[in-house]
Amino acid sequence: MTADFLILSLLTLVGAVAAVSLRNLVHCALALAAALAGLAGLYLHLQAQFVGFAQLLVYVGAVAILIVFAILLTRGSDSEPDGPPATRGWVPGAGLAAAAAGLVVAAILSSRALAPSLQSSPEAPVRAIGEQLMTRYVLALELIGILLTAALIGAVIIAMTLPSRRSAEHKPQSRTSIPDL
Amino acid sequence: MAEKLDQIFVQAKHELVRWLLCHVPGAWAEVLSALLSIATLLVAFAALFALTTLLERKGLGRIQNRYGPNRVGPFGLLQPVADGIKALTKEDVVPRAADQVVHFIAPLVLVVPVFLALAVLPVGRNMVVVDLDAGLLFFFAVGAATELSVFMAGWSSRNKYSLLGAMRAIAQMISYEVPLILSAVTVVMMAGSLSTVRIVEVQAGFSGWLPHWHVLTPWGLAGFLLFLIAAAAEANRCPFDLPEGESEIIAGYYIEYSGFKFALFFLGEYIGLFAVSGLAITLFLGGWTAPLPFVQWVPSYVWFFLKLLSLIAFFIWVRGTLPRLRMDQLMSFAWKFMLPLSLINLLAAGLWRFLPEGLTRWAFCSLLLAAAYIGLGRSLVQRRNLGRRTYRFAE
Amino acid sequence: MTPLHATLLVSALLFGVGLAGALARRNAIGVLIGIELMFNAANLNFIAFWRYGPHPEALTGILFVLFSIAIAAAEAAVGLALIIALYRHCRTVHLDKVNSLKG
Repeated sequence: MTADFLILSLLTLVGAVAAVSLRNLVHCALALAAALAGLAGLYLHLQAQFVGFAQLLVYVGAVAILIVFAILLTRGSDSEPDGPPATRGWVPGAGLAAAAAGLVVAAILSSRALAPSLQSSPEAPVRAIGEQLMTRYVLALELIGILLTAALIGAVIIAMTLPSRRSAEHKPQSRTSIPDL
Repeated sequence: MAEKLDQIFVQAKHELVRWLLCHVPGAWAEVLSALLSIATLLVAFAALFALTTLLERKGLGRIQNRYGPNRVGPFGLLQPVADGIKALTKEDVVPRAADQVVHFIAPLVLVVPVFLALAVLPVGRNMVVVDLDAGLLFFFAVGAATELSVFMAGWSSRNKYSLLGAMRAIAQMISYEVPLILSAVTVVMMAGSLSTVRIVEVQAGFSGWLPHWHVLTPWGLAGFLLFLIAAAAEANRCPFDLPEGESEIIAGYYIEYSGFKFALFFLGEYIGLFAVSGLAITLFLGGWTAPLPFVQWVPSYVWFFLKLLSLIAFFIWVRGTLPRLRMDQLMSFAWKFMLPLSLINLLAAGLWRFLPEGLTRWAFCSLLLAAAYIGLGRSLVQRRNLGRRTYRFAE
Repeated sequence: MTPLHATLLVSALLFGVGLAGALARRNAIGVLIGIELMFNAANLNFIAFWRYGPHPEALTGILFVLFSIAIAAAEAAVGLALIIALYRHCRTVHLDKVNSLKG
């Protein structure tokens, strides 16, 4: 329980709470980015350097931007001011979430401490990670590659406007390429 | 003597830390050392920033057949000082409709990561703030935060021009980040390491007169050019300065910034340019190593900054020469030319690694890249889509 | 309290916050944000067990998190594409209003 751990976990948790509770969706996305950056800091604190940087690159650099784009494309930032940000059944939802978190917290608090590792400060050198990826986990790596390709194609096809039947009668659109954003 | 001159800053830091340790407890040694390195880096690059603003205005002035700033100090040399004072004393105007908090944070989110990225650049022998095992990944990871800053600035200003500029900037940055990283990956494949220090060490040494720089191989040359183009786009430099095109959307995402916050954006943009140019030097131009064997007595940091200044001069020259691209040209250039070419370059680098040394691999890799370049360029020119544009999302 | 316990507590709270967001938000993108938070809470657990577990040299936790980050990126891309398709179809992303099975 060092100071940097406390600060980073506070940043992560406050960011997370803000991300699910703020009214303005863009603020939510920015708070999410802050929470995920805090989490990357926690990974660095836990000496998982490579994972921390990958987290920053993927989440802050890509996922947060993607979410922001989606918010602007769906006009979510100027949602109707009268409606509440939560669904009608938010009370049981929040209750369920609190119960789940409480259960896990109770389980953690009542568990006995793990036998400490022999190494006081383990490290994960990039070379070792690369070797593991290319030997023991090579199948998983290839599968991830296929998954990402499939997700890429799938996302493009889902988000693409196919020429609807009505507009096709009037003016047939020949091109269905990815739009220039 | 040359050795001493090369390590003069490293020695000076050690002496200073040792002297300071007489006054503070020994546990502070690492903190002091880090603080000294950071302070030196900040001062050096801030000075370079001041110099570059002057050089850019002078250079552009000469290209456009005028004098440029020449009133403050001899030859206008004190112009950056005057600019700084002006920026500090100007009123900081924040639009009433702006999102105050996000509007305030945005410049900080730009400047801090950009300075952080400088930390992994080896500016001389033994002169790097932190030699990370995953240094290159760190560089790109902190660079990713700038996109968010651009969005924050553009969105929080509540101005249609700034939002347009931010959307343009993000689309451009995401598109050009792919070839940027892919062309850097070739170097990682060759060096077998993500550490920037290690990458420079791989390029040290000479065969005959030629240094072992990556740019002097077919894949390295292609990678360097791709990297440089993508870097210009990442730094919003001309001809990729659509996000802030003055004649179309006034100043893009920082239209509503004034005074010191505007100066911070300006600073962040230039430091970002230095950082990405420094990375290009580290990856392809041999970092701080000397270009010829008989000038190795010149200190290493001199070489790094000379290379950096020449890259900056190149960018100023390009800015004075090329017109701005159109948005759809920008996008099709990124996705239909840069991306396939950088993938083929990856293949060429792999072939280079596994083919036997000699003329065959030179010929093979060069032919592959030249064929790809000609083919892609042809198709890009022929399928130039100049018809009416369709707007899918702007409904 | 050991450092492992502390990290696990942070992760559990993060998971709870994410679950609350996913269950209670009205906007589909808000739900997606909650799901991302839950994903990351799980990742934090893997890293914590790698760091404080008995066999840190195995790197299993690290690699699992790397794969998990890749999958989360794919999930976010597909999820947001779905949300955009939903918006185009129903002109809203408020989940209360998306209540008809018929197109």
